Amino acid sequence: MAYAAGVDVGSTQTKAVIIGESREIVSRSLVETGANVIRAAEKAFEEALRGGDLREEEVEYVVGTGYGRYKVTFGNTQITEISCHGRGAVHMFPDTRTVVDMGGQDTKAIRVSPTGEIIDFCMNDKCAAGTGRFLGAASSALDIPIGDLGPTALRGERPVKISTTCTVFAESEVLSWLGKGKKIEDILLGVHQSIAARSTGLLRRVGVEEEVTFTGGVARNVAMVDTLNDRLALTVNVSEDSHFMGALGAALFALDHIRASRAPAKSGEAAS
Amino acid sequence: MARQAIDDGIVGRGNQDGADLFRVWFDGLTQAAESGRGAAYVFVMGSMAELLRTFDLPIVFPEINSLQTAVRRVAHEYLDEAEDYGYSPDICGYVKADVATQLRGGELPMGRIPKPVIAVYTNACNTYIKWAEIWERMYGVPTFTLDVPGTRAAGAQTWPGDPDFENDRRYVAAQIKELIALCEQVSGVKFDIDRLRENMGHANTMSRGWQRVLELNQTRPSLFNALTDGTIYLGVSNGLRGSGAGAQYFVELVEEMEYKAERGIGTLTDERYRLLFVGVPCYPIFRRFSELFTEWGGTFVNSTYLWFASGGSNAGFQYDLERPLDSLAEGVLISVRDAMDAMFFQTEILVEMIDAYQADGVVYHPIKSCRTVSTGLADNRRALMESRDVPSLFIESDMMDRRVVSEAQLKNRVDAFFEGLAARRGQAAAPTT
Repeated sequence: MAYAAGVDVGSTQTKAVIIGESREIVSRSLVETGANVIRAAEKAFEEALRGGDLREEEVEYVVGTGYGRYKVTFGNTQITEISCHGRGAVHMFPDTRTVVDMGGQDTKAIRVSPTGEIIDFCMNDKCAAGTGRFLGAASSALDIPIGDLGPTALRGERPVKISTTCTVFAESEVLSWLGKGKKIEDILLGVHQSIAARSTGLLRRVGVEEEVTFTGGVARNVAMVDTLNDRLALTVNVSEDSHFMGALGAALFALDHIRASRAPAKSGEAAS
Repeated sequence: MARQAIDDGIVGRGNQDGADLFRVWFDGLTQAAESGRGAAYVFVMGSMAELLRTFDLPIVFPEINSLQTAVRRVAHEYLDEAEDYGYSPDICGYVKADVATQLRGGELPMGRIPKPVIAVYTNACNTYIKWAEIWERMYGVPTFTLDVPGTRAAGAQTWPGDPDFENDRRYVAAQIKELIALCEQVSGVKFDIDRLRENMGHANTMSRGWQRVLELNQTRPSLFNALTDGTIYLGVSNGLRGSGAGAQYFVELVEEMEYKAERGIGTLTDERYRLLFVGVPCYPIFRRFSELFTEWGGTFVNSTYLWFASGGSNAGFQYDLERPLDSLAEGVLISVRDAMDAMFFQTEILVEMIDAYQADGVVYHPIKSCRTVSTGLADNRRALMESRDVPSLFIESDMMDRRVVSEAQLKNRVDAFFEGLAARRGQAAAPTT
């Protein structure tokens, strides 16, 4: 039995996924990235091995992805998270043609072919507005745990208009709305709508083609899913493993490599 | 020697000679500055160098000076100085680096430039006009705007013989006569039409050579990288326009490219992807930016920068030396108009180039500090994608300001682009069932 792994070193969290020969997920892990990126990658991989009751040598090929992909020192190769999210999303939802990946400090809109190859992509530049960091700023200003942001925002009825596009200034804007006596749930709903507006702007640049699959850590936020659905006037696909989509895509690329290396060489072609 | 080419000393000659010519040019400018001579300040789109040389005016290209500070990694010092003086972070980086240069008495890493005695510019870039007003206020020098009528509707260029074109030509010719009178006054040198004819002859040789060099890069493998090598050739095309040395350089550059084409000597040892570049280079990480592509076996076979930043001389316009003033007006009109059109009406030209150069992809590079060349690139890209199934990449940074150049972000996008190109190629090669 061959196993393949993907390790996605993101700006805030590092994810690892191990899959078997039938592309089934055998194990997954998630750790905080922190300051030691190399260690975070190792730790995520070790935890995934432990979760699958596997030894390192049983994993034949490892692909590193994410901003820290070159810090996956035990990895065999690196592939960008753009390709990996596209691949993972199409694997999970085969009719996916557009992917929106919302991570800690960037948001990507990716248009993919039926086989998961990238046709076009677009990302936020130079600025973390419209990303998970924006939610982090709201969480900090309102002293609400990240995990409670979505359910709280869903109770909002009269969302405020967040006018700033800067994550740093968002915190002071949230505080100013509090000072004006606005309800926390209305402020949070406004924050989510602001992020959804930025994200759909990116999506429209690559062209929104159904189905749309929402990946990345922020996909776990129910209010974010809701506001995206409203803004796009469709229902985005969300998997329980959305957070692991980059690592899953990396693991699928790793499995491709294993299969290719096992394929018999064609006549006149040297095996490598 | 492994290759006859190296023995012949031909391969790489264009890059070396280009660097040498630039050194000599800047030595001359430094000497002029130290002896208190004034210069003509001009811009790359419609420099009028052929004419200005007849008045023995040293020629200063502030755009080239500014980009050189970025290539030499000191642009931030100049930008900071201009911003401390009061210029906004949001305006053209070239302008700010020049303002700081003036505040430093013309000091640049390459030498020292003389102060202006006249500024001559076209309306090809709206910033040129406001930029020249800075010198006007600093030094009280005359400024001359050559108002070149642009194409007034997409795809509706007019040509000699057409009444609209003839009206435009007369309009430009009348302005050139005014410019000649002003130059005589500023320089104290009487206009000599034979000297103009001679300079225009050199410009003809250079434009012809420039056009040929660009055409020769249709060869597979490509002979030079349009982003790196091409920028050196472009520098000579602008800085030495209308000079004998410039003409000689392009004769030899054509010879080098023909030599390489005949022998299949490419710019990369393993050329895997042929790309077109749209926009202005990322000068703060000039070499590294190119490496992001060459590491994947990608090379730029042509670039819109080599058209508009050469003032449209890529089209190879040839002056009629029998009627120099009329022909100068015609040439400026056509070339500057082409330079402007290359910025604004790109899609059709790019579609033609994709075929001619067998391009695998197009890279769009809008920059923060030049809205003139960057506004509309997203629309241009969309139009291109609608008319041709060609992969394209859209990456943003700057030509001067390293504060908005994130190498990690650029690399991520470039890597994803090549992963897509590789997948696309793999799919195309896969057997169909």
